Amino acid sequence: MERMPVWADVVLIPLISLLLAAGLSALVILAIGESPVAAFQLMVDGALMRSAGWGYTLYYATNFMFTGLAVSVAFHARMFNIGGEGQAMLGGLGVALACLYIPWPHWSLAILGSAFGAALFGAAWALIPAWLQAKRGSHIVITTIMFNFIAAALLNYVLVNVLRPVGAMDPATAKFPEPTHLPTFRDMFSTAETILFRGAPANVSFFLALAACVLVWLLIWRTKLGYEIRAQGFSESGARYAGISPSRIIVISMLISGGLAGMMAVNSTQGEAERLILNMTEGAGFIGIAVALMGRNHPFGVFLAALLFGFLYQGGAELALWTNIPRELIVVIQALVILFTGALDNMVRMPLERIFLALRRKEA
Amino acid sequence: MDFATLLQLLDATIRLGTPLLLACLAGLFSERAGIFDIGLEGKMLIAAFFSAAIAYMSGSVWLGLLAGILASMALSALHGLASITFRGNQLISGVAINFLAAGLTVLVAQSWFSQGGRTPSLIGQARFEPVTLPLAEALREVPVLGPIYYDLISGHTILVYFAFLCVPATWWILYRTRFGLRLRAVGENPAAVDTAGVSVIALRYSAVAICGLLCGVAGAYLATALQAGFVKDMSAGRGYIALAALIFSKWRPWYALFSTMLFGFLQALALRPDLIEKATGVKVQVQLLDALPYILTVIILAGFVGKAIPPRAGGEPYVKER
Repeated sequence: MERMPVWADVVLIPLISLLLAAGLSALVILAIGESPVAAFQLMVDGALMRSAGWGYTLYYATNFMFTGLAVSVAFHARMFNIGGEGQAMLGGLGVALACLYIPWPHWSLAILGSAFGAALFGAAWALIPAWLQAKRGSHIVITTIMFNFIAAALLNYVLVNVLRPVGAMDPATAKFPEPTHLPTFRDMFSTAETILFRGAPANVSFFLALAACVLVWLLIWRTKLGYEIRAQGFSESGARYAGISPSRIIVISMLISGGLAGMMAVNSTQGEAERLILNMTEGAGFIGIAVALMGRNHPFGVFLAALLFGFLYQGGAELALWTNIPRELIVVIQALVILFTGALDNMVRMPLERIFLALRRKEA
Repeated sequence: MDFATLLQLLDATIRLGTPLLLACLAGLFSERAGIFDIGLEGKMLIAAFFSAAIAYMSGSVWLGLLAGILASMALSALHGLASITFRGNQLISGVAINFLAAGLTVLVAQSWFSQGGRTPSLIGQARFEPVTLPLAEALREVPVLGPIYYDLISGHTILVYFAFLCVPATWWILYRTRFGLRLRAVGENPAAVDTAGVSVIALRYSAVAICGLLCGVAGAYLATALQAGFVKDMSAGRGYIALAALIFSKWRPWYALFSTMLFGFLQALALRPDLIEKATGVKVQVQLLDALPYILTVIILAGFVGKAIPPRAGGEPYVKER
């Protein structure tokens, strides 16, 4: 028996979870002696009321779309890829190598090359955990966590010992050559009279992320492979009975997931920093978890959730700038969203199901 | 490498291995009862902050320890609520707890102390002081054994000795008591435990509570014994290394001692890369030493060096009736 209408499942539950998370965050802000209303106003002003604010919001949202899609593709095959952070770091390495060592004539070619490099490196970093899960039964969650740390050490090594220009002090690569500069929103949307998105890092890779959302939707719901991934996610024994090889699906879905996480680097490394730095992910790999859970693993949901977290991130930066509330407030909100939409899902769901059952009985 | 340097290195191994050992035993209780816990990191972190904060404000390290344990157990209760009562995903709950601790500690630290997310430095009674074991001074001149006793075994804080005592205690509880038998059973086959008329829920909650307690001690050790005060993100991945050690030790208490000390040794080595270069003549990258615990764990997980089999019902919420 259908217990709840679909709209309740996809809209009502995430909304209630979000309200719970927002309510608790407001309490936290109250507890440290600030006003939640003023804080929210400041966040909205800083993130949405100016075009530069939007430029930051959309920049962060681009990162979160990639990492959110990465987590949700793995979720569809019932795997929890916590390794987005490490895969994104390797993606950054792929972008840096593509930008530094290939003489691109124009950014439009450079973005294709660097996106390919990012996806390739990210996918390669997901391959070993995937293979170990498929062939040796090693738990993907633990291996991907371990690979995050290994990736951090590897990136540190590469930046300090290999790619750092001679004489430079900070662990980072040289600045990428000029032709690889991606057009920012300012370059694209400003006119001679009005300059829009001044100083904001949002760039053309935002559209790459939108394309990735559409492609993932097509993949999951309109292709044979997507069907197989979802079948595996519903029931591994059922999928096996239907002739779907579980290890093949595990490896392929993790490769796609790692590739998507890696492509985040096109935005952050090529689009914003224009060189590879140590803290290139800024925790976006982990925010992908919250984004995927909030977006109910659907690309459109991921898109909306990524916008929401982009807003939170930019708003949080404004808060840290103007008030005594540190940026870590966003980490708390992120934790609460993960908690309510992921772990405490049943707490929200069970009473709702009871209400809907009671309503139905009344009708009958 | 001379004898004194070796002792120094081993001494650092014990200091750095202790928080790993406590967190690893914490995870052992939880996972043996069938509750995966990747929130060890977060529980240590929040305990580190509250122990340092309360120790600073009250001037008593023991009150700090108590506060740290309570904070850690509060997060444990949250994990229990999500994964036992509401049968949620234990891994996701653990991730949420880690972020919650990472954010809250800095937020509260900034609000209480306004020092950029840290507590003021602890002095005097607000820290755990090293304990000199009996006869250590007298026996110091005895060749070989004297320095070992004086430098290596004596002179740690009380929490270090507590951590080492926890190993036989854990073994005894798990393998020689009724509670331990039931705890292990509930991680392997909860339905059988339920059929025997023992509450699965109560057992799992108590396992999670013990986990919180030990993580609390581990966190308090970080902030009030190993260092003098809390700094942002001071657990620095130790919760994950403890998790790795837990797998490395195949969920057994004595093996946990060896694997955490091995990882502690690697951390101690990473602080002194010059020693390796002197001893072997090869320059070893610090980053490799940092990554080694994780690489070793992946190799173990891959089953190339003996298979690590987790408790069978781990990660599965128990549903009494369908």
